[in-house]
This record gives sequence, structure tokens and C-alpha cells, in this order.
Amino acid sequence: MSSAQLLSVSGVSKEFPGVKALNNVHFDLNEGEVHAIVGENGAGKSTLMKILSGIYKKDSGDIKYKGNSVNITSPFEAQKLGISIIHQELNLMPHLTVAENIFIGREDRFPGGIFLNNKKLVAAAVALLKELELNLNPNDIVGELTIAKQQMVEIAKAVSYRGSVIIMDEPTSSLTPAETDALFKIIRSLRAAGKGVVYISHRLEELEKITDRITVLRDGEYVKTLKTSETNIPEVISLMVGRTVAQDQRPENRVIGSDIVLKVEGLSDLHLLRDISFDLRKGEILGFAGLMGAGRTELARAIMGADPKTSGTITLHGKETHIKQPSDAVAAGIGYLSEDRKRFGLLLNQDVTFNVILSSIPSFSNKFGFLKVKSAAGIARNSISQLRVRTPSERQFLKNLSGGNQQKVVIAKWLTRDCDVLIFDEPTRGIDVGAKDEIYRLLTKLAEEGKSIIMISSELPEVLRLSDRIAVMCDGRLTGIIDNKDANQNVIMELATKFSDKFTTVN
Amino acid sequence: MSDVTTVEGGNKVTAFIRREIGRVTALASLVVIFTFFTVMRPVFASWANVSGGILMSTTVIGLMAIGVTFVIITGGIDLSVGTSMALVAVITGKTIMNLHLNVWSGILLGMLVGTILGAINGLLITVLKLPPFIATLATMKGAQGLALIISDLKPILFASDVKGWDMIAQGNIVPNLPNAVLILLVAAVIASIILNKTVLGRYTFAIGSNTEATKLSGVKVNRWLVAIYALCGLFVGLGAIVMTSRLGSAQPDLGLGYELEAIAAVIIGGTSLLGGKGTISGTIIGALIMSVLINGLRILELQQEWQYVVVGAVILLAVYGDNVRRRRAGETTH
Repeated sequence: MSSAQLLSVSGVSKEFPGVKALNNVHFDLNEGEVHAIVGENGAGKSTLMKILSGIYKKDSGDIKYKGNSVNITSPFEAQKLGISIIHQELNLMPHLTVAENIFIGREDRFPGGIFLNNKKLVAAAVALLKELELNLNPNDIVGELTIAKQQMVEIAKAVSYRGSVIIMDEPTSSLTPAETDALFKIIRSLRAAGKGVVYISHRLEELEKITDRITVLRDGEYVKTLKTSETNIPEVISLMVGRTVAQDQRPENRVIGSDIVLKVEGLSDLHLLRDISFDLRKGEILGFAGLMGAGRTELARAIMGADPKTSGTITLHGKETHIKQPSDAVAAGIGYLSEDRKRFGLLLNQDVTFNVILSSIPSFSNKFGFLKVKSAAGIARNSISQLRVRTPSERQFLKNLSGGNQQKVVIAKWLTRDCDVLIFDEPTRGIDVGAKDEIYRLLTKLAEEGKSIIMISSELPEVLRLSDRIAVMCDGRLTGIIDNKDANQNVIMELATKFSDKFTTVN
Repeated sequence: MSDVTTVEGGNKVTAFIRREIGRVTALASLVVIFTFFTVMRPVFASWANVSGGILMSTTVIGLMAIGVTFVIITGGIDLSVGTSMALVAVITGKTIMNLHLNVWSGILLGMLVGTILGAINGLLITVLKLPPFIATLATMKGAQGLALIISDLKPILFASDVKGWDMIAQGNIVPNLPNAVLILLVAAVIASIILNKTVLGRYTFAIGSNTEATKLSGVKVNRWLVAIYALCGLFVGLGAIVMTSRLGSAQPDLGLGYELEAIAAVIIGGTSLLGGKGTISGTIIGALIMSVLINGLRILELQQEWQYVVVGAVILLAVYGDNVRRRRAGETTH
């Protein structure tokens, strides 16, 4: 290889109590290269990244940086060496400004080292942002920026360490296609400048666009390193899961009845939503596509009564229903599964049983208010076997389950409540490829059993694979509802970017 | 996530007002309350009452509240400041009596003891990884007991042994302004500079805004936390000095309950209990609102019991008003 090797990891292992997180893993990175690490959740990607960035210590193995063996003991040390990382969860101080965030820990000081030189700090930030062609004001408070802009702050911060290696952990998970393109531009210029970029992503279609090589991990083991130009997504997926997963599937042409379960008419809210009307039929999966900020989550929250609406009616089973707060919606049989399960869906420090009965506690308690422990555990065990939740028992704490299994527990919660309309907001966010498949099958099965499902998703293949019809939103409006057989990614993107004001309702 | 509101557009003035509205409202409330009492009883606004009554009674709580502001901005809490102040007073008084220290070494000693007590809180929180509430609840009780043990349950009348000790609080370097008030003002200015212009201040905000991110950015968070709690202790030490100077003695049982008044001042001043946000000037305004209320209600001859109720209502109003404002601005609430 012509370019010099920046990083070489050989035979690295890491064990946590009871789990072999990494077993004899290999990885290397050259100057001017973008090298992806892929694998399902639990494959060991994050553990490897945390070892490289000094958060974990390896048990054994060797890490060479620019040819020298190194022992990275803290994030500080990693940064000093020249390895910086953009974490999956945004790691910013929301109350501080852009400039303060970028240079946190390395503030310009006046002689003496106590007082901050804010002018120099801001000037340095201006120069850096200009260099990266990022449209950010260094004096803006980070917490007031959009997620995408916050992501840009993270990138600027990582670049500012002027290291040779930049690790990006799921950098595009909350970016729009246009923002992703902007990010790719930055990555390409970093590559051109001879930096090495370690790129982790669940969005496999991105790998073809941006990476030079791909290393696959599975269950903590090294599987294979591939040249991107010599492989394809199906091969990568089959290496990741150890079997072949079909891509670009469509639902079998199911016959949906004409019973309208949920009818939304003329719904608007204070800020974004304008005059939204649609029907949801019994046994149907209605997909909602759109860009970030199109108003899909806001629509779901308005239907649930979590946010106020200014106009519009909601009709359930032919009867107009006044929903003023989420408990009204739940009582009417609508369950909402938030994109942020950990914050809005689950009690992570409680066991499966508690989470399953959470929305239906009155039916699991006697007239004195005592919980019926046995029947609660029974229904939890039922849910576990029905939804195939992988857990040692119904008494396992939720925090110990994988993302996919946590999602199944949320579903079990609403099924226990006997909801017949389920609103899924990004049902597979943060869930690995193999488990996604299972969630897909589960959603289809629920629809076949007569549940009506609204599925909000930013992943078009997912929308196309599951939805009987697809509703597309743009800028707070519904720009179209199309049958699956008429839909493809291009049609959907066209509707999703229909920013015109002179707009007539389709359908 | 998509429920984050973006704040775009709007000029610098509206941005400034939006950012400073907490303090502006607090200051406006202070003026309104002050005017109300002045109209009811003109004597209220006399300089004798303002300096000797209102300002003087703000000094000790104000000094403690300045220290607590730093701690609360980190997202922590310090329940020990009240009884720590008593312990500092007792230790300083005893040592001064036994070693016949002069006034300056006495002042240094008091600040040193306060700093050490604060650092102990910081170490309990960072080394033993105790939640700040628990750690400082423990040191609060510990300090209360130790103050009583060391003093043998008796006030320590040491001030008359030290030449000039009474002048610390009661002298007038600036004519007509008690030194205690001057100390509070100078301390507030210095604290404000530390909070806004120094590395320690920047990390105080950073830790309160996102501890984990600060840590991952290579900042030695634990060390800075110890320093911040120690700094809080330093202001507590200063409070103890002013207190003993005013009373002429160290009272081992005086201090319990002060911590809640200090915390209340910080919160009324617009500092968020969730961390990441706060100002020293807000805290001073908060402390003043409380003393103005107490003083005014006393002049109106309202029973002391009712004074407590009014202060409670003010705390509710202040935090509720802040919540309403944030909800409108689309921020998360308490």
C-alpha cells in the first residue's frame, strides 16, 4: 500500500463480566482512507471505538499508532495522540456557545492560565468554521440549534484537534439527505488532506458512497475486511448477520378491508401542521415519509393529544373523539410508540412485567389497589413468547435487553392495553439489521391480525417494504398519499420536497 | 429529534432580552416590591433601614448564596453551607482564642477552614461518587454536630480578644456603607468575574450542561468539581467571618436553615436547578428580594409566621414564572 499506516489494531480482546465483547479483533487504517466498521448491535463496534478513544482499556492485543505501540488510557491521551471521536449520542454542552463547545478543555487563556481569552477563542472558531465551510455562528447557544447543526459542531470539534484519525460513530443518524451530502463533502476533504476516518453506520447504502474499505464484526469477532469497490451491500449484510437478508422487499399484496378505523380531518397546530386529512383502515399499515422537520412526529403527538391542535377532528370507528391529552387517546385505543424509546417509552430500571402492564395497571390490580402480581407475570410471559422477546425471564430489567427486544416490550405494552391503532415513530431506530427484520415481521403480523398501524419512518426502504399506502409530508403539510404499488423512492422524495405554497391536496 | 425548536432570525436585542429575561424580571420584581413597601411606609426607604436593615441582613446569606450558585450551576447542590458556617465560626473562634491570632490571620484561617470543608464535599462527591444531595446532607449533619462538640454547646466569645474583629462587618471604609455590605459587593464582583471570565467558570457551566461530554472532551471533571465545591466553601468561610464579626461571637447553633435560604436566593435569581445556567447578579437580586420582603413585612408588622408563608409563595412564583417563560421559548422545564 502506498500511503502510510495510521492505525493498526491486532488481536485486541476485551471482556466484561460474563461477556466477551471483543475477541482477537483486527483493524487497520491508512492515511487518506475512510474505513467503515459495520456489524449488528453487540458486534463490538462501540467497544472497539471506546478502546481506541481511551474510554475502555483493552485486555490484550496491540494497538500501533503511526508504527509505534501505544497504550491509550484516557480520552485526553487519545486526543493528544491525534485520535478524536464523534460519539453516537451528541456530546455537547447545550448551554454553551458553538465556539465554547468546539474548544472545551483547550480554551485560549491569557498569560497566567486563569483568565479566558474569548476573543481569540471566537476568532479561532470563525477560522475553523470557514475552513470547513460550515454555516454556523460561533456565538450561538448550541442548545438552540437544530440537531443537524449540532452534529456539525461535533464535527468541527473533532477536526479542531488536528489529529490524524477521526472516528465517526453513526454521524448521519439524524441528518437529512442534503445534510448527509454536506457531511460527505467534509469527509472527502479530510480524506484528501491525508486524514484517516473510521466510519460507523447502520445505513449501509452510505458505505458505497463514502468508504474505501469495510471491516465486518460479528459477536465480538473479526469477520472480514472488504474493499468497497469489490463488494456490495447484500454481501456485507450476509457477513454481518451470517445469513442472507433480502433487500428492497415489498409487502405481499394484502387485501385491506374498507372499514375506516381512524379518520383525521383538517388537523392544524400552532406552529407547523396545516390542514392534514387522512384515513386509516382496519388492518392497514400507513407509512409516513418525509424529511426531518416535515412534521410527522408533531402530527403523531397532535393526534395523541400530547400537543395542542388549533383545528381538526379525529373520528374513531365512525365516532368523533375529543382527544385533549394522551390519556384520552389511550382510552380510545390509540397507542404511540415514540422514536425515543428510552425517554418516552420504557422504564429502563424496571423489569419486563412492570413495563408490559404499565399502561393497563388498573386491570392488573384489585379493588384495594394491590397489584395482581401473578396475572401480571402471566401476561408478561405470554407477551414474551408471542412477540419472541429474547430475555431470560419476565423479571429481567429492560436496560439489559437489546434495542430490538426493548421495542418488542413497548409493543407488548400497547397490545396489553388492547389498542387497535398503533402509531410507530421510527420503529427500528437504533435496532440492528437482524432484529429489524423481526420487527418488520411483527408489524405485518399485527396488521394481519386487524390492528391498524401508522408507521413514521425516515428510511425509505423500510417505508416501501411495510406500508400498504404511503403518506408523504413536507413542511407541515400532507403532500400526497400513494399506494405502495405506485411508489418508489423517487416519487416519495419528490413529494417530500414539495415546498410550494400553492399546493392542492392530493387524494 | 424533531421536537427541538429552532431559534433563528430575530436581532441581537431580542436575543439579549430573551437570554436575560430571567434577571430582568427578578430585578423588576425587586423594584416593585421595594416601591410597594416605600409607599406603605416611607421609613422603609430611609438609608438607615436600607443599609443597616436590608443590606446588612443580606450579607451572610448573600455570601453563602454566591458560593452555592457555582455548585448549582454544575447541577449539584450544597446543603451543608449553613452548618458549615457554624463550624467554621467555632473552629476559627477557638483557634484565635488559643493562639492569639490577629485579625488578618483570623480572616485567612476562616476562609481556609471553609475551603477545606467545601473540598471535603467535593471529594465525597467525586471520589466516593455520592450524589451531591446525600454527600452534603451527611456533611451538614456532621458539621452541625462538630460545631456543638468543639464549642461545648456554648457561644465562643472571642471577638473582643481580637483587635478590629468587630470592624470587619461594622466598620465603614466607605462612608455610610457597612463593611459587611462592601464585602458582599466585592465578593459578588469577584465571583462574577470567576464565573464568566475564568477557566473554572467555563467548566462550571460545561459540567452542569453535560458532565459526560465535558469529561470526554478531556476536561478533568472531578478535579474541577472539587475546586468548585471548595470555592463554595471559601464563600461560606467568608460568611462565617462576617457573621462572627456582627455578633461578636461564634454561635455553634446558628446556621441550620441558612442553606435553604441561600438555595432559595439562587433559584429566585434565575439559576436553574438542572444546571448549566445561572448568574451571580441574579443570586444577589434573589437574596435582596428575600431580605426586602422580610424587612418590609416586619415594618408592616406582619407576624413572623406569615413572613415565612410570603417567602414560600415568592419562591413558587419565581420558579413558576421561569417555567412559563421557558415553555413559551420551547425549552424544557424544571
